[in-house]
Amino acid sequence: MAGAETPGPEGVDAERGAKNGELTGRSPGKLMWMRFKRDRVGVVSACVVGFFFLVALCAPLVSKLYGKDAYTRYGQITPGLLNENGYPVKPNGGIDGEHWFGLEPDLGRDVFMQLVYGMRTSLGLAIAITILSVLTAIVIGVAGGYFGGRTDYFLGRLTDLMMSFPNQLFFIAFTPVIGALFVNEQDEMPTWMRACVLIYVMWLLGWMTLARLLRGQVLSLREREFIEAAKVAGTPPSRIVRKELLPNVVTPILVQSTYMLPNFVTSIAGLSFLGVGMLEPTPDWGRMFATGAKVYQSDITYMFFPGGAMVLFIVAFNLLGDSVRDAFDPKSGR
Amino acid sequence: MLRFLIRRSLGAVVILLIISAVTFFLFYAVPRDPAMLACGKNCTPDALEVIHRNLGLDKPVPQQYWEFMSGIVTGRDFAQGPCPAPCFGYSFANSDPVWGTIVDRFPTTVSLTVGGAVVFLVIGLGAGMIAAHKKGTLLDKAFSTGSLVLSSMQIYFIGPLVLALVVYNLELLDQPQYVPLTEDPAGWFMGLLIPWCVVQIIFTANYTRLARSSMIEQLQEDHVRTARAKGMSGRTVFFRYAWRGSLIPIVTIFGVDLGSLFGGAMITEWTFSLPGLGTLAVDSVQNTDLPMVMGVMLFAATFIILFNIIVDAVYAFIDPRVRLS
Repeated sequence: MAGAETPGPEGVDAERGAKNGELTGRSPGKLMWMRFKRDRVGVVSACVVGFFFLVALCAPLVSKLYGKDAYTRYGQITPGLLNENGYPVKPNGGIDGEHWFGLEPDLGRDVFMQLVYGMRTSLGLAIAITILSVLTAIVIGVAGGYFGGRTDYFLGRLTDLMMSFPNQLFFIAFTPVIGALFVNEQDEMPTWMRACVLIYVMWLLGWMTLARLLRGQVLSLREREFIEAAKVAGTPPSRIVRKELLPNVVTPILVQSTYMLPNFVTSIAGLSFLGVGMLEPTPDWGRMFATGAKVYQSDITYMFFPGGAMVLFIVAFNLLGDSVRDAFDPKSGR
Repeated sequence: MLRFLIRRSLGAVVILLIISAVTFFLFYAVPRDPAMLACGKNCTPDALEVIHRNLGLDKPVPQQYWEFMSGIVTGRDFAQGPCPAPCFGYSFANSDPVWGTIVDRFPTTVSLTVGGAVVFLVIGLGAGMIAAHKKGTLLDKAFSTGSLVLSSMQIYFIGPLVLALVVYNLELLDQPQYVPLTEDPAGWFMGLLIPWCVVQIIFTANYTRLARSSMIEQLQEDHVRTARAKGMSGRTVFFRYAWRGSLIPIVTIFGVDLGSLFGGAMITEWTFSLPGLGTLAVDSVQNTDLPMVMGVMLFAATFIILFNIIVDAVYAFIDPRVRLS
């Protein structure tokens, strides 16, 4: 197995793949993996993205090793950390060996922990929205493209309609409304419910681009010989879709999701920034920007941690997306 | 052309009706009583009743929706007084007429978005064309790296940073504000300079990349090569032949981006506390001020859809191959 994955020119590699006199076939996935491994930028950005997800996933472990959590108001329980205006006493936002990224002004929580747990919230939400949107797009796009006719017409109009909604305005207007559908006015909305509402609202308007793309792809695949052959052989539609169509649209799905996920991350953060996303005290990446925008005149350092982390994450993710596309489709140059 | 416009306008009306219905019914499905807001702290059941009647909240929801929609066309009478033709009702929060407030706030948003669009189109297309012209050089690589980093910046991150640096540290400019263009053009320009430069951030990089790739593609087209072979000057070929063709994908994307431009304007307005439609929307959503949210939603959606139609029509002018059917 290891021999087959040795990076090198594909032609040479193909010959070497004949191990023990036996020809081993290479799946498209394996070819893609080989091409990807040779792309240094892609590998580095994959590592960066992986690091972010790892930190988010292991947030409790990080918290245990670091010895702090995201909720305790260190600045308020320990005198001498915040001054009478609520700003950190030490320079640069109170960075020291104890609090690596400093302290949050006013509430005095640990910025490092806020960021780690905030990323956990944002990335978790974004992953959920991406998965739901991709699944919806597959169902709607493949159904429209494969069945054609009236189904296609109605699904196409539905897609058009959803696309013409002003996204951000819709998110802002409907997040509180949909939330209020589930929770009484007097009750505090539980965090998981808030998360569900955010996922739901973003999912509702997140699937259209991919659905359109898939519909087009399936529309052209439907006319190809192998589908026709499958039909003639009496394969039921469900099997054609699963075994013949879907494997052929994996590339656009993967590529598009690598563009979708960072978009969702920034959109969620934007909502939190406007005050309609995740609420206190749940740590959230986007809300850190709102806090930063409140305190930037006295404590600019605070803003750099969520901001820098986000820039790094988005850059790495975009580069990764480009690399994935190149690896799948070597014809498309950058 | 005419048929295209009629067809698209009808489609737009249908979409707007659906948006309005969805917004209206969703807001009424909320178990939160909008009259509570208008009633204030010392609210008695009797006072609540009166407000209910004044706002027309005692009628069934479909009837309220019908009255609301017909009010936009014909105007209607409220307890606060008559409400002339484009009547979106009165705010629950402060009893201001919705239409008047929107008209007040609109110029800010238009100034911000149009100015921002000019900035990102000029910088984006310019940089993209230079990069295409100098393809493969250090400058090209610098541009593409720069645009990659720039496109990862967010308004809510850059906005406060720019404020801290330019306004409070270097004191080069005043706090951004909106001064009507008609009153004081210079003040309008200076007041919006920072917001323009901030709102363009999320778009410029995309347009640089797009302009570059589409320009490179165009420069390899047959008609461009023919023009070169005819002995036309490089400049004529570049601007008259390749540039025009390269605009087509850019116009398409610009049409798609209008919605996010408005979204970007919302965040920018909120960051710099400019009195535009975005701040209005966020404020009224937080107050459950239904008429205001409905008004802004419909108004913004109308605008975005209208501009999409215009963009599609412009498309046909740039690319004679496109048939509007």
